[in-house]
Amino acid sequence: MKHAHAQSRDSVKMAAGQQWVLVEMVQAFYEAPAYHLILEGILILWIIRLLFSKTYKLQERSDLTEKEKEELIEEWQPEPLVPPVSKDHPSLNYDVVTGPPSHKIIVNGKECINFASFNFLGLLDSERVKLKALLSLKKYGVGTCGPRGFYGTFDVHLELEERLAKFMRTEEAIIYSYGFATIASAIPAYSKRGDIIFVDEAACFSIQKGLQASRSFVKHFKHNDMEDLERLLKEQEIEDQKNPRKARVIRRFIVVEGLYINTADICPLPDLVKLKYKYKVRIFLEESMSFGVLGEHGRGVTEHFGVNIDDIDLISANMENALASIGGFCCGRSFVIDHQRLSGQGYCFSASLPPMLASAAIEALNIMEEDPGIFRVLQDKCKHVHKALQGTPGLKVVGEPLAPALHLQLENSTGSRTNDLKLLRAIVDYSMDRQIALTLARYLEKEERFLPPPSIRVVVTVEQTQEEIERAAQCIREAAVKILK
Amino acid sequence: CEYGHHASCTSLYKKPFVESFEETPLLVAVLTYMGYGILTIFGYLRDFLRDWKFEKCHLAREREEQKDFVPLYQDFENFYTRNLYMRIRDNWNRPICSVPGAKMDLLERVTPDYNWTFEHTGNVLKDVINMGSYNYLGFAENTGTCADAASECTVKYGVGVSSTRQEIGNLDKHEELEILVARFLGVESSMAFGMGFATNSMNIPALTGKGCLILSDELNHASLVLGARLSGSTIRVFKHNNMQSLEKLLRDAIVHGQPRTHRPWKKILILVEGIYSMEGSIVRLPEVIALKKKYKAYLYLDEAHSIGALGPRGRGVVDYFGLDPSDVDIMMGTFTKSFGAAGGYIGGKKELIDYLRLHSHSTVYATSMSPPIIQQIITSMKCIMGEDGSTLGELCQLSENTTYFRRRLHEMGFIIYGNNDSPVVPLMLYMPAKIGAFGREMLKRNIGTVVVGFPATPIIESRARFCVSAAHTREMLDKALNAISEVGDLLQLKYSRKNRHGNEGSDSFSFLESHQD
Repeated sequence: MKHAHAQSRDSVKMAAGQQWVLVEMVQAFYEAPAYHLILEGILILWIIRLLFSKTYKLQERSDLTEKEKEELIEEWQPEPLVPPVSKDHPSLNYDVVTGPPSHKIIVNGKECINFASFNFLGLLDSERVKLKALLSLKKYGVGTCGPRGFYGTFDVHLELEERLAKFMRTEEAIIYSYGFATIASAIPAYSKRGDIIFVDEAACFSIQKGLQASRSFVKHFKHNDMEDLERLLKEQEIEDQKNPRKARVIRRFIVVEGLYINTADICPLPDLVKLKYKYKVRIFLEESMSFGVLGEHGRGVTEHFGVNIDDIDLISANMENALASIGGFCCGRSFVIDHQRLSGQGYCFSASLPPMLASAAIEALNIMEEDPGIFRVLQDKCKHVHKALQGTPGLKVVGEPLAPALHLQLENSTGSRTNDLKLLRAIVDYSMDRQIALTLARYLEKEERFLPPPSIRVVVTVEQTQEEIERAAQCIREAAVKILK
Repeated sequence: CEYGHHASCTSLYKKPFVESFEETPLLVAVLTYMGYGILTIFGYLRDFLRDWKFEKCHLAREREEQKDFVPLYQDFENFYTRNLYMRIRDNWNRPICSVPGAKMDLLERVTPDYNWTFEHTGNVLKDVINMGSYNYLGFAENTGTCADAASECTVKYGVGVSSTRQEIGNLDKHEELEILVARFLGVESSMAFGMGFATNSMNIPALTGKGCLILSDELNHASLVLGARLSGSTIRVFKHNNMQSLEKLLRDAIVHGQPRTHRPWKKILILVEGIYSMEGSIVRLPEVIALKKKYKAYLYLDEAHSIGALGPRGRGVVDYFGLDPSDVDIMMGTFTKSFGAAGGYIGGKKELIDYLRLHSHSTVYATSMSPPIIQQIITSMKCIMGEDGSTLGELCQLSENTTYFRRRLHEMGFIIYGNNDSPVVPLMLYMPAKIGAFGREMLKRNIGTVVVGFPATPIIESRARFCVSAAHTREMLDKALNAISEVGDLLQLKYSRKNRHGNEGSDSFSFLESHQD
């Protein structure tokens, strides 16, 4: 009865619908029946308990007591920070160069002719370049003390970027302070998780690191094999048709090098451009070895084949080979390049290129522009060296006649990489004793995806004379005969 | 402090460790969010106008021939850049045309179309006080012993090297530098690389791999994060400079092992920095070393900003706390900041460096350092070590300047983050409009400052960051402080609610604050 009475009061209040005055609430509380109060009291206590009880983690494997945890911590032994390295590892002791790495280079105390540094246009010794670098040093000091965003942009950087863009006939260029970081920062700026990149198997290590940092799907095609690439592109097209909505947002890129550093041959650029328009893929071209080498004016593989430079979305090169400075650059249309100014990691988060190195690069560009005959001379020398090294017993020349950096590989491998390397090292030592400086091509054996076979690197520069080339070829032949019998 | 080394912590610090991170005032936070909200609304409005061609679009466009390709950028990715960054873009990338010393010359730029393009008028703003460059010890100069030595080296060696360390790019200068760096740091052996960013991103993958654990501070630099990602190890993040968070992660890692398989971790690497450049805080190195020894982890210390700038002898954060360099397994640093050059180094035990000589990506694939840069480092390092007959004057000057600058800013009532001894001084601005206003007003008063906003900092914590240098004289600092005070009054930046006349309230001191939890 009382309960019914209370109910009707409540419903009257609900019907009235309005404010619960505090006094009325207290009255209702007093008039409610006992079991009602007890039930509500239990509910409230239950809620309080749930609120204050410890959260229950499903994966909590806390069956372990504190003592057991302490024991586990005591017992755990980590591996040593680095595995021990044997003292007579062949690569541990570097060859020491005393003095400048010029045409006549002093390696381990012996004066040799330099067939090992990537000094293609001979600009490492140029007095003009050194003078400009000195003037820049007297004006700006050595370091820039900041990244590009925070007072690290000097007028020389802006000038170098303009000059490079003008030289390559593109809209814009961007400079990095380290050659390796150039393509390794450029690729992740555009290609993110979920995008697809088709890359050649013989791509160099910095491209591989850029691909790894981008977290995209990477598909390798056989070296310079356009049919294999087309097969992969067709497969992707079939995938796309299954899911057209997703296909409209996935970006696709092809990454190739103009002149491959590992195999010394040139990529078939006109075929790539055809594939680009057929399958709607963008091309990134890495021109570290071909900038300043191929083409009538040294503009690289696009000039060599006569391809319109706007067809290539991004050209990246380092300034450490032909331009004999330090750093790297990317060039292309403003639409593409400007994006790297905010999202290229090696650009935004790193100090800028020291101004004296930028001035040196500008002067090197001046020399290249004033005397385009120098590229013809270099190309002739490359063909000459390629011919002179043919027929060496036991060694085969890997690379095209136009490539300035050739590889000499063993014709018949001994079966183990370490032994191959020992034989090649013996040839290099023999040559160094006879005043020809050569070097083994170095790779990180465990990290490379497609490890190239061991080889000796032979580099052609414009400063080498006919007679020196003949002498070098003769020396290598003698070494091969003596060591590889 | 849960795990019971309460008493031992107090003895680890030989002098007071004072840092302050005052909380954002509530009103300021609300107004900041409102500010960003209004900017976003306007951003959408402008995008709409641009799409419908009511407004001229200054953005670069895709080629006609490639219009049917998949778009290279998603529209929303660039929303922030188009609508917020573009408005105040003139505060960054300011070109300079002199030595980045205590005073510099800026090229004047004007923009006819609200920052979409810039034109150089040809005028030069002379003698702008430089509070932005990382020139802690004042070695950015074009005259003096360092510059002369670098000039001689340029004449003798040239500028380029064109080969890698393992091939034929290893000059005698590189070996000289490495021996000197090892002596400077007090370690067995060291190795130098051409770029500071690349030192991290190329060497961390060589040290750890799958099956290893990396414990990284929340606010680590992009190069450390990239290096950790490229290594393929599992990465766990602990709260900034918070030793309990680190200890909890260490214990959980060792007790439970790898996720799902529960196999023990192969090794655990802790990544910390000496001075964090966005916060101005100094790492709690004594406690980190104690934890590392207790749990048998390895420590990677990135001293990009602290080498040369901290410590009575300038040897970095290890010297500042008076610890033994051999306790830190891998000491990394850069030559860009205190030595006025470029490049990075790693120092440690001989086995470590021998291993890196073989397995670091840089020695095999990247060109070695340029000789004049090496000479600059050698000369400046010898200066700091006092071997050239010069005194440790720069170090004293830097620490005096830092103390004076921070004290005056506190007294004026600004909110300053960081440790009292760190030469990096972040001053809080919070509101997006003040970022642009502060940068421009300071430039009008002939002072070059650096302002930072999202995404380098959390969205409501934008700040101006000053880098104190030993090359700043007392007059320059006074001039800068007066200008900052003027601009602070103009823009109402004096948010601090602490007592302003020297005696700060007890809640701001964090002497061993971890033990007051």
